[in-house]
Amino acid sequence: MPTAWKRLSALLTLVLTMVLLSGCSDPLMVLDPKGPIAAQQRDLILISSLLCAVILVPVLIMTFVIAWRYRDKPGNKSKYTPKWEHSTKLEAIWWGIPIVIIGILAVITVQYTHATEPSKPLESEKETMVIQVTSLDWKWLFQYPEQDIATVNYLQFPADVPIRFELTSDAPMNSFWIPQLGGQMYTMSGMAMKLHLLADEPGSFFGSGANFTGRDFGKMNFEAKATTQEEFDAWVKQIKSDSPPLTLDGYEKLAEPGVTQEQSFSSFPEGLFNKTVNKYASSHHHGEKESSAQEPEGADKKAEETDSGAGGHDSHDENHAGH
Amino acid sequence: MFESIKEFASEFFVTGDPLIYGADVGIALTMIAIVFVLTYFKRWGWLWREWLTSVDHKKIGIMYIIASLLMLFRGGVDALLMRTQLVMPDVEFLNPEHYNQIFTTHGVIMILFMAMPLMFGLFNIVIPLQIGARDVAYPFLNSLSFWLFFWGAMLFNVSFVIGGSPDAGWLAYPPLSELSHSPGVGQDFYIWGIQISGIGSLMTGINFIVTILKMRAPGMKLMQMPMFTWSTLSSCITIIFAFPILTVTLALLFLDRYLGAHFFTLDGGGNPMMYINLIWMWGHPEVYIVVLPAFGIFSEIVATFSRKKLFGYKSMVFALMSISFFSFFTWAHHFFTMGSGANVNAFFAITTMIIAIPTGVKVFNWLFTMFRGRISFKSPMLWTMGFIPCFVIGGMTGVLLSVAPADFQFHNSYFLIAHFHQVLIGGVAFGYFAGLYYWWPKMFGFKLNEKLGKWAFWLWNIGFYVCFMPQYFLGLDGMTRRVSTYGWDMGWGPLNMVSTIGGFLMGIGFLFQVWQIAHSIKFMERDTTGDPWNGRTLEWSIPSPAPVYNFATLPQVTAQDEWWEEKQRREQGHKPAPQPPLEPIHMPRNSGIPFIKSLCWFIAGFGFVFDWLWMAIPGLAGVAICMLVRSFTYNTDYYIPVDEVKRTEAALRGSV
Ligand code: HEM
Ligand SMILES: [Cu+2]
Ligand SMILES: [Cu+2]
Repeated sequence: MPTAWKRLSALLTLVLTMVLLSGCSDPLMVLDPKGPIAAQQRDLILISSLLCAVILVPVLIMTFVIAWRYRDKPGNKSKYTPKWEHSTKLEAIWWGIPIVIIGILAVITVQYTHATEPSKPLESEKETMVIQVTSLDWKWLFQYPEQDIATVNYLQFPADVPIRFELTSDAPMNSFWIPQLGGQMYTMSGMAMKLHLLADEPGSFFGSGANFTGRDFGKMNFEAKATTQEEFDAWVKQIKSDSPPLTLDGYEKLAEPGVTQEQSFSSFPEGLFNKTVNKYASSHHHGEKESSAQEPEGADKKAEETDSGAGGHDSHDENHAGH
Repeated sequence: MFESIKEFASEFFVTGDPLIYGADVGIALTMIAIVFVLTYFKRWGWLWREWLTSVDHKKIGIMYIIASLLMLFRGGVDALLMRTQLVMPDVEFLNPEHYNQIFTTHGVIMILFMAMPLMFGLFNIVIPLQIGARDVAYPFLNSLSFWLFFWGAMLFNVSFVIGGSPDAGWLAYPPLSELSHSPGVGQDFYIWGIQISGIGSLMTGINFIVTILKMRAPGMKLMQMPMFTWSTLSSCITIIFAFPILTVTLALLFLDRYLGAHFFTLDGGGNPMMYINLIWMWGHPEVYIVVLPAFGIFSEIVATFSRKKLFGYKSMVFALMSISFFSFFTWAHHFFTMGSGANVNAFFAITTMIIAIPTGVKVFNWLFTMFRGRISFKSPMLWTMGFIPCFVIGGMTGVLLSVAPADFQFHNSYFLIAHFHQVLIGGVAFGYFAGLYYWWPKMFGFKLNEKLGKWAFWLWNIGFYVCFMPQYFLGLDGMTRRVSTYGWDMGWGPLNMVSTIGGFLMGIGFLFQVWQIAHSIKFMERDTTGDPWNGRTLEWSIPSPAPVYNFATLPQVTAQDEWWEEKQRREQGHKPAPQPPLEPIHMPRNSGIPFIKSLCWFIAGFGFVFDWLWMAIPGLAGVAICMLVRSFTYNTDYYIPVDEVKRTEAALRGSV
């Protein structure tokens, strides 16, 4: 056994060093939130980890202590009770404690699930800005309906302004993820999902596609940059003046499988996003329902409606009602 | 003519990758070697009579185990190839297509062709012996199940060198797995390989439920069954509810691909989301199917090596059964981020958390079995001890994943990869290793070398933490699963490096196990007692390896841990109860039909994969003929005469 202990402590040191090492370089993205949604998610991660640790730590300690104390060696004087096999009191304790802890966790989870529901608009004095996101093979197309510009694999928006991302896909299902702003949301053909995020401060964040979509899925990363409103406006103006427009033909080309560099467009075909959604939705049994994605206004209203309504019947449920 | 053959061959065989050429050569050499050895030693007849046609559950079990260890090797090589790619993201050691194929085959092989058959192997070897039965309920069906698994797995595996491997992930979400996005044959290999072996799994589930319920030795009440038997029962019950879902799902996908149906395509009124729901309704219970028997194994081992009765038997049974039940209400936690709404997510978050309770509680029962015991750290116990911290940490991160809003950050990231490997390796792989070490002497009549085993144990364990702990941090740092490349500026390089080193440590651990087996075959002493660990359950009451008929006279059971009690009684000087006189023993006859029929399925499957009806139809016809032949076979059993039983027993026990 002593050698075993030596090995074990070597292992523990190794793990610890690793933790420390990863702690001193850049902070881990998810634990370094730059927006309210990600911040709540980080809090939740920490709270639930702590709750779990309440069980984990004693169990680990008990395992080592018991294994050590009752090991079979000559002269071990600890008690030996080969027939002892039941104790209602003990069983009640170890069924009870996890039940209580899971109970607490469940309550917290339900609260946070409603608080961070992605389709729920964020509270802010500033007006929500809309960005429409389409996942393509293997690139991201971002359309800014209010600014009438579009970009590929690059995202810019003003900090402190709540953003409503409307997500769809013109390729296999992907997942839109900017870890420092908030958790991911699937992009799916034939429907427009909503994800509300906000950046607290200017900065440049890593974004990626998180759901596997084939060959070059690993290259679907993008930069998400939050700037001041002025910088954002200047950037829009810049794109308006020096980028080509995105035509329907251009979109068709873009949608073909392949990777591309960052691109920007001074305009895009009217209603392109909804067309993409309806391209698939029209063959659904419940095509009419998808009309909610037709104009951003309507969609927004609907999201609010459902939030104040019976609760939980969010846009996706509606979209899926006929499936 | 020659040109067209060449063109065909270049499409038929996978070409253009040096790794695959290497494998081609390896496969060809191995086959030649096998044929040569069998011919040289004139072993073909022996192989056919003694093994391929055997309906003896112990032999079937051994074949399952050999096949699954080979698959562990292949899945492991795949894993190390992936890990190698990930330390040099800017080099195309594996190009993205190849990487995608590898993680897909790795996942499928590890779950369906490694974990499942290893589990079935242990069921086969242990269950009849543990419940004091002479066989399983349906021996012929049992052999058929094995060969369906075997040929299904082979069909899946040939995709590697013929036609091309599937690359849409181990659960093959559409539309990626549809003809539109995966036009090659890889996905068809996936469908048929899993389908054929899946039918075998379903039949095994039925077989063992009936065996356990109907074939227990006289006197054994349900609440006296050994814990491994209970865990097998709960796993098999889960199988019979889960596997039909898989069969139907894959059949629908096949119809989509083959006949242009639209079950899962968005055009024509189908819906990919339906597939995702269905596949996880099977997929989540599936992970419990493979982990439940491990719980049973640990229960046996902890009691035996602590020389103490299992603590909290009833609550253990209750926990196993409630896990089977709850595992069907958690599938949606695999797509919290699909926007099903707060209430749906909260519901599935809670059902998932609930299942953590019975899963976790068992750990306390094991700990209190050790408490006030006398623990000896032989290999089986070592693996059990390695399992506890690993599984507890993995279980805890599982609870973290079940917190829906937090899962928005964990989902599809390396955090998830770390979590499920921690439960699959720490729970399933370590568990089955423990079981293998424990029952090895029962299978072969000798123990495995402890010293080499310790090396293997420490390499696997240290390797595990070195490999997977960094992945939690990678996940929290935004690294998504299934990427074959990333920018150095992401800062993920060092942790990936550490992780890969850990992966290779586990690989070395596996080599130590191979060495251990080879070494022990050569040098280990025979175990003549039949009970080398001082066991508690009936399998240890008979000689090792067990004779064909297992028990010369069926044991009479009066208590839980019957064999232990019997030993106690003998120690106190009670004479063993008088044995009834021997009687001729009724046994099933060997049959070549399961082998041939499964081979026909393989041929049919291969035909469907390549859309060659000239091959598929004869294959299916062969299946039908086999069924006909079987239904007209009346001579399916025989009796072992008393004299022969006497002789066998004397030979086996004579040396005691
Ligand atoms: C022995 C050491 C092992 C190593 C080093 C290893 C490594 C890996 C790696 C690198 C991936 C791909 C991650 C990604 O890029 O998405 C992976 C995926 C996977 N592994 Fe393992 N693995 C091991 C053992 C196992 C075992 C024992 C099982 C199951 C019993 C298993 C089941 C899976 C599954 C289901 C996937 C997901 C495949 C997919 O994404 O489609 N692995 N593993
Ligand atoms: Cu959807
Ligand atoms: Cu699950």
